[in-house]
Amino acid sequence: MKFSIQINEGPYQHQASDTAYQFAKAALAAGHEIFRVFFYHDGVNNATRLAVPPQDDRNVAKQWSELALENDLDMVVCIAAAQRRGIMDAAEAKRQGLDADNLMAGFRISGLGQLIEAGIESDRLIVFGA
Amino acid sequence: MAIKKFMYTNRKAPYGTVYALESLEVVLIGAAFDQDVSLAFIGDGVYQLTKGQTTEAIGQKNFSPVYAALGDYDVNKIYIEKESLEERGLSLDDLQHLVWEDEDEDWAEKDSIRLVSRSELADVMTEQEIILSF
Repeated sequence: MKFSIQINEGPYQHQASDTAYQFAKAALAAGHEIFRVFFYHDGVNNATRLAVPPQDDRNVAKQWSELALENDLDMVVCIAAAQRRGIMDAAEAKRQGLDADNLMAGFRISGLGQLIEAGIESDRLIVFGA
Repeated sequence: MAIKKFMYTNRKAPYGTVYALESLEVVLIGAAFDQDVSLAFIGDGVYQLTKGQTTEAIGQKNFSPVYAALGDYDVNKIYIEKESLEERGLSLDDLQHLVWEDEDEDWAEKDSIRLVSRSELADVMTEQEIILSF
């Protein structure tokens, strides 16, 4: 089956991103396809590479990043939600005249149309959080 | 591109959290995809459509006028859960009167709002292919 995943909550405060990650891993292991993972609302905070959780805890952004790079996942961060919350890739930071960027490898920033397209193109869109 | 039945469920008060505002942003962008779109307002979500919102005192943007433009985006199936209104001491008179213009009937103005019971809304939800919950 072709799945897409929407994540609506940030890391650590909510379990939504962890649960979505476990779901994605299990789906891939079972031979399913993941068309896209879309990060919305505070879910965009899963994409910062500047988070430093304690060493004995999981690193949510890094987990996603590794899963994406290993499986060639398309992980999209909503640009409108990201701009509000200070999640920037290098190009967007430059365009906004900012002195830093923080997007983790494996994520890309794009528009809400990517969420709608994921709903249209996938057999199931699974929403985590909120 | 295939046309699917999309429903956006709005369950939270307009202010206090960002869900209502960012749901509206998805609806407006999604309208460009020409899908079969419905909105449902459930629970505290019914407060999103109340008339006469003013937000100066909380220092936030009042986005409630945007709902009146939904008809222009061909978003004209707006389900309000009757029990949610009643539980909050509200009636349809407390909500904005949302309309759309029917191109096939010489742009006749029609109501967008459909007041439905909890069980009727459950039936409508069963018909959907994609439900985005906010």
